[in-house]
Amino acid sequence: MLTEQEKIKHLYYRAAFGCSIHKMPYSVSLQANIDALLAPQQFQSLHIISQSEVDAVKAAAKSKGKEAKVEVKKMLKENIVELNEMWLNEMIHTSAQLQEKLALFWHGHFACRTPNPYFNQQYLDIIRKNALGNFKTLLIEISKTPAMLQFLNNQQNKKDHPNENFAREVMELFTLGRGNYTEQDIKEAARAFTGYGFDALGEFKFRKAQHDFGNKTCFGKTGNFDGDDILEIIMQKPECAYFITKKLYQFFVHDESVDENLVQDLAQKFYQSNYNIKQLMSLILKADWFYDVKNVGNKIKSPTELIANTFRLIPTTFDKPNSILFMQRTLGQVLLNPPNVAGWKGGKSWIDSSSLLFRMRLPQIIFYDEELDFSPKAYQPEMGDIKMKMMDEYVKKLASKKLSAKVDWSKTFVYFSNKKDSWNEIVTAVLPCKIDGAIAKIVTQNADISTKENEIKSKLIHAMSLPEFQLC
Amino acid sequence: MKRRAFIQTSALASAAMLLPKFLKGHEQNADIKSNKILVVIQLTGGNDGLNTVVPYENSLYYNARPTIAIPKNQVHKLNDELGLHPDMKGIKNLFDNGQVCVINNVGYPEPDRSHFRSMDIWHTASNSNEYKHSGWLGRYLDDKCKSCDLPTQLLEIDDTLSLALKGEKLNGLALKDVKRLYNTTTSPFIHQLSTQYLAANHEHENATYLYKTLAETVSSADYLYKTSKIFHNATTYPNHEFGKSMKTISEFIISGINTSVYYVSLGSFDTHFNQPKRQSDLLKQLSETVEIFMKDMQQYGKLNDVLLMTFSEFGRRVQENASSGTDHGTANQLFLFGNNFKKNGIYNAAPNLSDLDDGDLKFTVDFKNVYATILKKWLQVDEQKILGKSYAYLDFIG
Repeated sequence: MLTEQEKIKHLYYRAAFGCSIHKMPYSVSLQANIDALLAPQQFQSLHIISQSEVDAVKAAAKSKGKEAKVEVKKMLKENIVELNEMWLNEMIHTSAQLQEKLALFWHGHFACRTPNPYFNQQYLDIIRKNALGNFKTLLIEISKTPAMLQFLNNQQNKKDHPNENFAREVMELFTLGRGNYTEQDIKEAARAFTGYGFDALGEFKFRKAQHDFGNKTCFGKTGNFDGDDILEIIMQKPECAYFITKKLYQFFVHDESVDENLVQDLAQKFYQSNYNIKQLMSLILKADWFYDVKNVGNKIKSPTELIANTFRLIPTTFDKPNSILFMQRTLGQVLLNPPNVAGWKGGKSWIDSSSLLFRMRLPQIIFYDEELDFSPKAYQPEMGDIKMKMMDEYVKKLASKKLSAKVDWSKTFVYFSNKKDSWNEIVTAVLPCKIDGAIAKIVTQNADISTKENEIKSKLIHAMSLPEFQLC
Repeated sequence: MKRRAFIQTSALASAAMLLPKFLKGHEQNADIKSNKILVVIQLTGGNDGLNTVVPYENSLYYNARPTIAIPKNQVHKLNDELGLHPDMKGIKNLFDNGQVCVINNVGYPEPDRSHFRSMDIWHTASNSNEYKHSGWLGRYLDDKCKSCDLPTQLLEIDDTLSLALKGEKLNGLALKDVKRLYNTTTSPFIHQLSTQYLAANHEHENATYLYKTLAETVSSADYLYKTSKIFHNATTYPNHEFGKSMKTISEFIISGINTSVYYVSLGSFDTHFNQPKRQSDLLKQLSETVEIFMKDMQQYGKLNDVLLMTFSEFGRRVQENASSGTDHGTANQLFLFGNNFKKNGIYNAAPNLSDLDDGDLKFTVDFKNVYATILKKWLQVDEQKILGKSYAYLDFIG
């Protein structure tokens, strides 16, 4: 059985990016913390291209052709990395923690990459805005984003030459999973998605001339279906609710051992709620089994979770740009740059000898300003993506230097110096699982205890360097 | 004896009996039967194959590349139609010694022109419409090393580990500088923690996994550093990253370290602009280093034990672009270097420039057939398990 405090810590590790030193949650009850995470939050878009710029481009497009081209080009010069860092900052600072955590989940689920900054921005808006909303809406909106249509080659999906990529990934990865559709279903669905495209301004276009208006037979239903109809038919299948529920369970509860009965039951409720994500999350977070010992502190943090968690605990500002990107690259997860449409594998795959050593050295590198002497793999920018190339050189250069940062310890000192035993408090408030006495002893032996403040600082940095801190 | 100390001692004593192999010391591993060594050289970014092995008699080649074609009188002729890039003298020498095998038109069906995706396909040995999360060499390690727990079987000379070396269960080890890795792993905090894999109680399976990985890393670094420092390689390698990496590999091989597969990258070959200079520099690095490496192997009696393979995620388009460069293409040649070829030289027909697929070379050899051949005939493992299905063997090796 977990104590109330351990339950709250678990809640924040899974439904948020860990506790924030600005607002440690332990003085409030578990129930109140759950309610706060589920409470409606005002949605704020993350924009590197402002709405007024977008409007200006669209207006120009309507009147004069040439000017629009110039405007569009200007828009494309914005830097995707800024959007990436903006989002990570949001994960660190926002009170809408559950929304961002789910947005990260959806980013892995609807994994997608595009060199176009505006398409990225649109895509990110959709996964964040619908993160806790309705899965149907999310799926339909995603299926119309230029980002996804481009990534899965649907611009090439035409009546005379159907391209099945989009239809296949929708079924295999986004809704049903393998074994729940036939090749024929894919072929027919691909015909329904013919003509789903977009223009340079990022507007979804239904190109009638390229759409196949003939009858399609998909999952036993026949009609003159378009893509939306197909998504509707798919979502009428309980298998879709099960597929999504199981994936959410693996992300939030346990990524290796899945309790089939629980997932079946949750999936049924998710289906009955017409795919209400928040309701499903509420069922999970309020369930007793969510706080079972076997589900606590046994998940390997993704690099994004590790980075956000670190800076929620110790507020930090980096002197050099792209420092956060450097960490993402070295740890193996770059936001808006998933390895492929299947997303990140997660779990143990985050860890190998070098990534584990880097994770264990990272707190010292940042907070004691130690030398990095470590570099990520070269990034191969896709065609025309010159900006990324220049940035790659910059990130490579960082490797031989220090990640100079301004660190604000004030809140940390106040929080931990109010406690009787600072190490005990660090374990209770920060580490996701129990620490063996021998390991605690190693921390104590290596800690700098010259002053009270140094002691807190040193013990916290050592705690964050432990293998246990890699878990959540 | 104090009670606490007693508990610790007895915990250690009983742990020692359960000690996995990697903590007991490093005998030659029983799992790995073959003493053959494979070195994979990744040419990152998509090397332009047509300007590497040049079809110097082909007018279609010269027509497609008015600015960047390599003139006939500059190539190192390999046969009456193909010649090496002028900066590949070293490889030409090896070729004349019968130590090179060039396989033309290597690729895969429905090629992908994204660096990311195509590299993924080569690393995981997947088809272009399937997504695998583990690498072919990682799965080789899974298969061969069920009881050896030692990532030194599979080494990448870099700071981070490539997907190709990540298995379903086991991972290779990445290191750029063995001394630096050793220094990190012998720092007091890391080293003390590494002893806690079996000594301490870990609440969950994943914590155990992390401590196990740490213990393996520390033990591997110790083994690599102590074994390799005995031997100092006096051969001079070129003073670039690739040269240094190959020198490290050479030292490891000569000192008898138990690694069976090494992995190293050279790049970036992504020559959209001003290709000639950039590609020349890189091919020169490749060529001069490989020549020295092969001589080194010969000198220390290891020549018959090593096979080198290059690959790139794709070749480039046949037609040059408007910036004296080339854009992403498809099929490409692959070099093998070694001393035991059943068939050396040019293995198969040169690219057919009159039969293109939308301006791109058509592949005639699937890279998975090359992998299958190397896994089966060189590394002597059950390649079907690793690749998921059977692929016909090529006959460049016996």
